[in-house]
Amino acid sequence: MQNVKADDKDLKKLEAEARANSTPSSFKLMFNEFKSDKMAMISLILVVAFILYVMIASFFINQSSMMSTNIMNYFAKPFTPDFWLGADAGGRSIAKQMVVGSRNSILIAIGLTVISSAFGIAYGLISGYFGGITDLAMQRVYDFMMIIPAFMIIIEIVNIIPHYNVISLTLLLSMFYWMGTSRLIRAQTLSESNKDYVQASKASGTSTLKIIFKQIMPNVSSLIIVDTTISFAENIGVETGLSYLGFGLPVGTPSLGTLIANANDADNITTYWWTWLPATIEIILLCLAISYIGAVLRRSTNATQRRSTK
Amino acid sequence: MWKTILRRLLIMIPEIIILSILVFILSKQLPGDPFTGSINPKASMGQIHHLMKINGLYDPWYQQYWNWVVHLFHGDLGNSYEYQEPVTAIIGSRAVNTFWLALLTMIMTYAIGLPMGLYAGRHEGKLQDALVRIYSYATMSIPFFVVLVIGGWIFGYDLNLFPTSGSVSPNATGFLPVLLSKFYHMILPATLGALFATSSITQYLRSGVIDAKNSNYVKTAQAKGVSMKNIYKHHIMRNAMLPIAAFAGYSITGLLGGSLFTEQIFSYPGMGLLFLNAVNFRDYTVMTALVLLYGFLSLLGTLLSDVALSVIDPRIRVE
Repeated sequence: MQNVKADDKDLKKLEAEARANSTPSSFKLMFNEFKSDKMAMISLILVVAFILYVMIASFFINQSSMMSTNIMNYFAKPFTPDFWLGADAGGRSIAKQMVVGSRNSILIAIGLTVISSAFGIAYGLISGYFGGITDLAMQRVYDFMMIIPAFMIIIEIVNIIPHYNVISLTLLLSMFYWMGTSRLIRAQTLSESNKDYVQASKASGTSTLKIIFKQIMPNVSSLIIVDTTISFAENIGVETGLSYLGFGLPVGTPSLGTLIANANDADNITTYWWTWLPATIEIILLCLAISYIGAVLRRSTNATQRRSTK
Repeated sequence: MWKTILRRLLIMIPEIIILSILVFILSKQLPGDPFTGSINPKASMGQIHHLMKINGLYDPWYQQYWNWVVHLFHGDLGNSYEYQEPVTAIIGSRAVNTFWLALLTMIMTYAIGLPMGLYAGRHEGKLQDALVRIYSYATMSIPFFVVLVIGGWIFGYDLNLFPTSGSVSPNATGFLPVLLSKFYHMILPATLGALFATSSITQYLRSGVIDAKNSNYVKTAQAKGVSMKNIYKHHIMRNAMLPIAAFAGYSITGLLGGSLFTEQIFSYPGMGLLFLNAVNFRDYTVMTALVLLYGFLSLLGTLLSDVALSVIDPRIRVE
C-alpha cells in the first residue's frame, strides 16, 4: 500500500516535470502572446466588451419605435441629451440605430464565419486527406467558385428570394465565402497526412473519419483559429458592403452598412455627417482591432515571430 | 508549356458552360417578363402570352438555354427592358469607362506597391519595414467601400479637390480637354482603389526581395565585389518582380469586384453602376449579361496569370 502511494507520487512528480519541459499547447502559446502584447490584450477586451454591449443594449431598445419616423426631429444635431449622435432624415436616433445595426451586422458576420469556416474546414480536410481523384474533383469545384462573380450572383439571388431575413441572408452568403479557408486547410492537411502518425493510424485500422477529425484536425487547430478570426473581420465587410449597396438586410432593419449608405446622399455626406460617419468609424476600428487580434494569434503559432518566451 | 495552356483552356470550357447555365437559370427565376410595359402599355395579358409563346419562353429550359446560347454566339444578348436597346450596345458604352478606370487603378497599384515592397524588403526588420507593414495591415483589415466613402468625403467633398460624380465634365469639348477631364475624374477612385489593392503586391514583393537577398546568386555577386546598388538593380529586382507581373491577371477579378463599390460611390458610369441600376430597375437581360461577362473576364484573368506564372517560373506549372 505504502509502495503504491509512493509510486503515485513519483508518477505525479514526473508528469509535472514532463509538463514543465514540454512545448506549451497552442492555446497556452496564444494566451502567452496576448499577455506579452498589451495592445493585443486591449483590443481583445474592447472587441469582446463591445460585442457584449451591443448584444445586451439592443434588448432595451424598442425597434419599431426606433425606426418610426418623426419629422419633429428631422436631422437633429448630435451631442444633445435625446440624440447623442443626432438623428437622420426621418428623425430616427443614430445612436440607437448604431446599437441595433451593429448587433445585426455582427450577428450575421458571426453566423457567416461559423458556417463558412465549418464548411471550408471540412472541405479542405477531406480534399487534402484523400488526395488523388477526390482532391482533383473538389479543386475543380473550388476553381469554379473562385471565378463566380459572387457579389453579383448574391445580389441576383436576393432579388429572387421573396422574403429573406437574417438567417437566409447568412446562409446565402456562406455559400460564397468558404473557399479561402478550404484552400488553407487543404494545404496544411496535405502535408499533415504524409506524417508518420497518420500513416501509423491508417495501418492500425483507425476509421478514416476518426483520423481526419480527431487526429489531423486538432493538429491544424491553431491555423483554424487564426483563419476564423481573420475571416470574421472580412465577413463584417461582406455584410456591410452588401447592405451599403442596398441588397443586404431588408428595408427597416438597420445594419452598419445601411447607416453608411446614408453617405450616398450628397447632402448627408457634406452637411449631415453624423448620419454616416459614426458607423464608418466604428467599422474601421472594429475591423482593425479584430484583424490585429488575428495577427497576434498568427504570430503565436509561428515560433520564429513569437514575442513571448514560452 | 503549350500543354499547360491547352490543359487550362480545356478546364475553362466546362467552367464557362456551368457558369452560363447557372446564370441562365437564375435569370429565369427573376420575377417579371420581357414584354410587360415594353411593347405597348395597354397590351392585354393575352397578347403578352402570345408573344411569350412565339419567343419560346414556354419551352423547356434546356431548349431556351440552347436558343440563348445560339443568340449569344451571334453577339445578341437580347434587348434591355429599361432602355429598349440591344444589351450589347449599352454594355459596350459603359465597358469603356470601366476599362480605363481599371487600367489606371492597376497602374497606380503597381506604382505605389512596387516601391513600397522593395523598400520594405530592403530594410527588413527596420522602422521603414514596420511602417509599410502597418500600412498593409490597415488596408487589408478595413473594408474596401469604407475606404472609398472616407476618401471620397475628404478629398472629393470636403477639400473639393476632385469631382465626385460622372466620368467627364459636361463643359469639356475637344479631344484634349475631354481626355484630361476623364483623367481628372478617374484619379481619386483609381488612387483609393490602388491604395487598397497594394497590400498583396507589397507583401509578395517584400518576401521576394528577402528571399532573393539570402540566395546564393546574390552572395556570389557580393563575393565578386558587385556593389549592393547593382545587385538590387540587376539581380534582386528582376527576380522578385517577375511573379508580380504575372499577378496582373488575378487583380482583374479584384478590380471587377471592386467596380460595384467604386462606381456606386463616385457615380461613375461604368459596368458596375450599370449593374446596380439594372437590379433596381429589374432590367434582367442587362443583369444576366453583366454577370456572365464578369465571370468570363475573371476566368480570363486567372488563365492569363496561371499561364504567365508557368512561363516565368517552371516550378509553378499547373499539374
